[in-house]
Amino acid sequence: MTVAPPRPNQPIYLDNQATTRCDPRVVQAMLPFFSEDYGNPHSVEHAMGRRAEEAVEHARTQVAKLLGTDEKEIIFTSGATEANNIAIKGAARFATGTGNTRRRIITVATEHKCVLEAVADMAAEGFEPVVLPVRADGLLDPDELRHALSAPTLLVSVMAVNNETGVVQDIAGLASIAKQAGALFHTDLAQAAGKIPVDLSGWKIDLASVSGHKLYGPKGVGALYVRRRPRVRLTPLFSGGGQERGVRSGTLPTPLIVGLGTACDLAAAEMGAEAERIAGLRRRLLDRLAADIPDLQVNGSLQARIAGNLNLTFPSATAIDLMQAIPDLCVSTGSACSSAAVEPSYVLRAMGLSDHAAASTLRIGIGRFTSAADIDYAAAALAAAHAAVAVTQSDHRTRA
Amino acid sequence: MFASGGTEADATAIHAMAPGRRLIISAVEHDAIRAAADNPVVLPVGSDGITDVAALEVLLRDGIPSLVCLMLANNETGVIQPIREAASICRRHQALLHVDAVQGAGRLDVSLQALGAHSLAVSSHKLGGPAGAGALLMAPEAPFLAPLMSGGGQERGRRGGTQAVALIAGFAAAAIASQSDDLAQVAGLRDAIEQAALTAGAIVCGDPGHRLANTTCLGLPGVRADAQVIALDLDQIAVSAGAACSSGKVARSHVLHAMGLEALAGQAIRVSLPWNVSQQDVDAFTSAYPRMVARLRSPLVPHAA
Repeated sequence: MTVAPPRPNQPIYLDNQATTRCDPRVVQAMLPFFSEDYGNPHSVEHAMGRRAEEAVEHARTQVAKLLGTDEKEIIFTSGATEANNIAIKGAARFATGTGNTRRRIITVATEHKCVLEAVADMAAEGFEPVVLPVRADGLLDPDELRHALSAPTLLVSVMAVNNETGVVQDIAGLASIAKQAGALFHTDLAQAAGKIPVDLSGWKIDLASVSGHKLYGPKGVGALYVRRRPRVRLTPLFSGGGQERGVRSGTLPTPLIVGLGTACDLAAAEMGAEAERIAGLRRRLLDRLAADIPDLQVNGSLQARIAGNLNLTFPSATAIDLMQAIPDLCVSTGSACSSAAVEPSYVLRAMGLSDHAAASTLRIGIGRFTSAADIDYAAAALAAAHAAVAVTQSDHRTRA
Repeated sequence: MFASGGTEADATAIHAMAPGRRLIISAVEHDAIRAAADNPVVLPVGSDGITDVAALEVLLRDGIPSLVCLMLANNETGVIQPIREAASICRRHQALLHVDAVQGAGRLDVSLQALGAHSLAVSSHKLGGPAGAGALLMAPEAPFLAPLMSGGGQERGRRGGTQAVALIAGFAAAAIASQSDDLAQVAGLRDAIEQAALTAGAIVCGDPGHRLANTTCLGLPGVRADAQVIALDLDQIAVSAGAACSSGKVARSHVLHAMGLEALAGQAIRVSLPWNVSQQDVDAFTSAYPRMVARLRSPLVPHAA
């Protein structure tokens, strides 16, 4: 069976957890700040600097609105990785400086690599990293957190949405458990912002990280939410000109920040309808695949999950086989950062999958620019490739 | 290694190379270096803004392992530092040399090999590229103890975070384009600006013979820098009173202070010309500047003389 992609010579992009296309409306909003209003937003003594500053401050309110916070609580960074590093290392180092004796930092086995690394790095500075397991559905058992909090804990960091499975943790509930134990609570919102409703003030979150390019904004920009009441204090990761109230030095990239602000604004306006449409596309894809591939397995809770994600273990073909068979379908074997590594996903292993099952798993990310035709192609191509690989393998077995 | 900009590149260099070493920086370094350098030995500069490399040689003779941070060109005066000379002194004494080339890249010949440095920080938006990208260049023999930003293992494990592809492509295009800028023409226009200012009573800060083609630092005795900037802004001319990062703050320039120009430290503006500067831009300045001087020096306008 041959299957043709809907647009000749153009790959189908179903990897929206790795990155997203910058929305054309976002690009439009950014352009003047490259070409006309290119002033340094810190040069407030002249007109061009002030125009840039106004644009930055407007974007700050747009980001704050999406997250349910005040704009004074938003710090711009180069991305979620930097925001996560500032939040975790900054909170820990500040505590050291004030003589705070809490040394435990709790996180979860399925966090993004940059959170796990940042937490692990703090061991060298006298902190005690604790990495909690997850259940088979990818969710953290609140009792695991309660148990870990029995020792005095400085910080708990739990991501809102997992980057491989799309599983949504109960952040409000987990944060309240951490608060009761007197710990700070940080959440990595890279995959959540713009995908699910977020209310940082209502949830009583202390620190949160956002990425521009995961919500149809540009790469190279992100934001860190730092709670003001009560105020969360951080030691900066690096210093310099003292921008962003000293928490993050460096010239603010005005066009990127305008892009992030616009992306947040669009997400706030369109999230509900978009999630519904994307959920429909996912249902269509899953129904077709499940009909053609009987033992197909969905990893992680389907209920507590963002609309756009599927994480699928195929019964008779490895992820690499499938991806090689369909070069014009862009999906992934795990997180993009570690795609080059051949190791099985640590996220799936933490959920109890065998190495073999993890190696037979694809991450599929449906997004704003995915069409029904894209989904139909993906379903047909994956089913055909799976059947072909399965036949080849059984031939091998027969001959052997 | 791609970074989010010059500040992060400088901070990464110091984070990666400084542990176990004495830090030596010049008195005119950018705040990105001054803030990252914990308790450094500070090398003096002359009234011309040039670092005393003889003092560096004397310092390094004690054999203490050191990391030296020198900027290629100063962000307030445009003065170019004797990096090659400093590099050979550093190499002779087994010291590491990090060069903040943020202002120099695109305007001077910048390469690790030509300068003899162990590492070099550059910024995209200072050379016509987009803000939000920069790079740290590292010689093969430069140590790299630990990344500043842990993450997904990008940039060969030296810097976590998804690379900002569009910015990096823009940075590269700007770097290539900067190679064909007519710097002699820019220098000519800068000199015309300077001449007009000198005639109106300004003093040029920094060695005129060792400067970037596009930059001049103009002190106006007795007239506050912020008043000059505001007056020029009303004439549609955007200049600054020192570094942009410190705009809006009352702190006086540490650069002019280090040059022994304390009296001028709150009275100097920085004029830095863009890659597309035109004769009309220069004409606008040369007519606005004397007007500004006449108005601000008028006895009817109070000023801290």
